[in-house]
Amino acid sequence: MSTIQSIAGENQQYPDVALVERVRGGDISAYDKLVRKYERQIFRIAQHITQNREDAEDVMQDAFLKAYEKLDQFQGNSKFYTWLVRIAVNESLMRLRKRRPGRMVSIDEEMETEEGAVPRDLADWAPNPEQNYNQAELAEILRKTIQGLPHGFRVVFALRDVEGLSTEETAETLGLSIPAVKSRLLRARLQLRERLARYFHRKTPADSPARASSQETGGKRG
Amino acid sequence: MTCTEFLKILDDVIDQSTAAETRAEIETHLRKCGHCEVVLNTTRKTIEIYRCHEIYELPVEVSERLHSVIMERCRKVR
Repeated sequence: MSTIQSIAGENQQYPDVALVERVRGGDISAYDKLVRKYERQIFRIAQHITQNREDAEDVMQDAFLKAYEKLDQFQGNSKFYTWLVRIAVNESLMRLRKRRPGRMVSIDEEMETEEGAVPRDLADWAPNPEQNYNQAELAEILRKTIQGLPHGFRVVFALRDVEGLSTEETAETLGLSIPAVKSRLLRARLQLRERLARYFHRKTPADSPARASSQETGGKRG
Repeated sequence: MTCTEFLKILDDVIDQSTAAETRAEIETHLRKCGHCEVVLNTTRKTIEIYRCHEIYELPVEVSERLHSVIMERCRKVR
């Protein structure tokens, strides 16, 4: 049995090691804590990949169950969280393949789009531009915008920038090289910036949030 | 530093992982180039907005339901 870190003083590098050891020792209440700690993140990641709420719920359940069943295989040389994310990413891709039979669904597909490689919209944004929209409007804008990204860009952005994984952890989780993660992250960031720009520009008196919103619902894409 | 060179290291600038000797060059470029300054600030803002706003909410009742199912299935494994 490996040395158990003090629960009070959490191990910075591997914060869940004590809980994982307790689960391995048969304490299921410790797994309950791990599920509570990470369920929102796992659900979000599954949503980003599958773009489907029911699939995301199924992925969340299956990922936590699989992690529990395979806990003996967890080496402890990575964070429990990144190991769990890897399981959730694989489960999400399996769901996508089931939903789209005959279509290859892979994270490492070639990203050939040139969109966003060079910034075109160079006008400044309003200060705190998100305040021009209510919470529901803003969430809808952010959802639509990120859903328009190529799959391989969206996943990298979600893991790296939304969920806060490091570049190395993102690469390891997705089975990509570090240069591939960096390249996709830059493109994802620039494409999102470009697409959000029309909502967040400094407004002239003639503009209104409702106008920008109705342009989007009219199906116009950035 | 040119705009193309700046764009190549934009991610490092955002992630604050540029080499110390490059930082002065970046600052000089940004003082001269309003476009690159806008791109930097608005890309930072893009990340911040996505990080700070929940776009896929997990309502409490759904969370509780899924949590119960997960723990029930785990107990059966033992």
